[in-house]
Amino acid sequence: MNIRGRVFRFGDDIDTDAIIPARYLNTSDPEELKKHCMEDADPAFPSKVSRGDIIVAGKNFGCGSSREHAPIAIKASGVSCVIASSFARIFFRNSFNMGLPIFESDEASAEIKEGDIVEVEASTGLITDISTGKQYRSRPIPQFMQELIADGGLMEHILKRGGI
Amino acid sequence: MGMTIAEKILAAHTDAHEVMPGDIVKVNVDVALANDITAPLAIKAFKAGGQAKLADPDRVVFVLDHFTPNKDIASANQCKMVRDFAHNHELKNFFDGGDVGVEHALLPEKGLVLPGDLVIGADSHTCTYGALGAFATGVGSTDLAAAMMTAQAWMKVPESMKFVFKGELLPWVGGKDLILYLIGDIGVDGGLYRVLEIEGPAVTSLDLSNRLTMSNMAIEAGAKAGIIKADDKTMAYVKPRAKRPYTVFESDADARYAAFREYDCANIEPQVAFPHLPANTRPISEVGEVRIDQVVIGSCTNGRIEDLRVSAGILKGQKIDKRVRCVVLPATPEVFLQAEEEGLIRIFLQAGAIIGPPSCGPCLGGHLGILAKGEKALATTNRNFVGRMGDPGSEVYLSGPAVAAASAVTGRISSPSEVTE
Repeated sequence: MNIRGRVFRFGDDIDTDAIIPARYLNTSDPEELKKHCMEDADPAFPSKVSRGDIIVAGKNFGCGSSREHAPIAIKASGVSCVIASSFARIFFRNSFNMGLPIFESDEASAEIKEGDIVEVEASTGLITDISTGKQYRSRPIPQFMQELIADGGLMEHILKRGGI
Repeated sequence: MGMTIAEKILAAHTDAHEVMPGDIVKVNVDVALANDITAPLAIKAFKAGGQAKLADPDRVVFVLDHFTPNKDIASANQCKMVRDFAHNHELKNFFDGGDVGVEHALLPEKGLVLPGDLVIGADSHTCTYGALGAFATGVGSTDLAAAMMTAQAWMKVPESMKFVFKGELLPWVGGKDLILYLIGDIGVDGGLYRVLEIEGPAVTSLDLSNRLTMSNMAIEAGAKAGIIKADDKTMAYVKPRAKRPYTVFESDADARYAAFREYDCANIEPQVAFPHLPANTRPISEVGEVRIDQVVIGSCTNGRIEDLRVSAGILKGQKIDKRVRCVVLPATPEVFLQAEEEGLIRIFLQAGAIIGPPSCGPCLGGHLGILAKGEKALATTNRNFVGRMGDPGSEVYLSGPAVAAASAVTGRISSPSEVTE
């Protein structure tokens, strides 16, 4: 599966309160959550983002709370994947559990610009910046987590295999 | 090869005798926790899985502590969903109404988390229980749903980092100051994917409450867990509360660590974290003039009786600055009752503080003290991200309960020595 989209750039340490502020957590409805996605980092994001777009960020993306509302809001707003230099660990595992593709690459995180068109080969993690022609390899994903993605998330994995 | 306490606890919860950092293991879970924000998603996922019964209802704990007493219709609906599920599945460990305390203050107090346990919680501050010598880590709601179905979770075995606090604590310094200092040193991702193993004579000298404060904020350095090995004080705390057997683990002398740091407490003043990251710390002597509109004393970080005693000790006979709202939220009903019996509630009220119910309240911008644009709060809570306590144009500063109480009196961030003899 190939992912292709336009890039929105964010900085380091984007926390889960920036991704989906806690004041909106009185619901878990994805359609409601997406209206406020990234609002405290960029108030215009919910109105600018369109299906297939890609978030590129610095280090420690998704730090803070364990709220799964964060990857849910990102997915619901149509974002096809997140590329960062590193991810906070709970956000990292939530993304795999929920089937939101994420990729770690220091170089891609440093060099890809806002508005670039980027393509990612999900199976290999090969990132291509179509706008500049540059390619980046993302950090390899452990076997078990590849299985989670292939099965469509943790719950699907359990239902398919009869356990974790 | 020697193993760390984290590796030993993980190994004890798998079929393997040994685990290595980087291994992905399937672990048996002793406690699976969720709150009124994360349980609804976990319940949805559990129901979608189609399994009729929980793998082990006694291991599941739900605490309705975040947006309760229900702040609006939407949160009332979320709580009702959790309530109905808890009653249908006859959950013994379901905390609602007058039984609610802030989850990470409540579970240790109730003896629901014990040394050597493996705990997952759909709340990032689940790492608090590391102070009891448990391996406890925050996960998402889907992980929790999986544990509800299977009583298991998947874990990548983390590397450990060792932190040793030496020397004696300076006046007004507590666990909050030590952990803020550590986070200020290594940064908000300085412990990413790793375990902070915290020890040393200064840590041994702390009571359990101050140790829980330290482990609570391990996540603020990005860590998976923040573990303090169990000692005599831990045993004295745990024994009267435990209703099931438990095991005390210690790291081997030849255990491997990814990093080692030593701090001399002679250099650690009371700390304040400036907006908008917990790592933006300054010693109180370098804070400068910061006027505040609100003080919050409470939360899973600093809402226990020991914290209230420190704050009340400073507020006794004092008046809170007219321009400051000081909100005190005892973290559990037991803490509230104890504070009442010790006369602390009276001290807070006479000083002009507002006493609220045990709730996470304003910590995450829920209710009970939301900030307007341009307002500043000093809080004993754990996060000061943009918009954390209200309007995205507001600011949150973090400190321990002594600096918080002193600042409520002066109206600006102040050292306790300014208002005490």
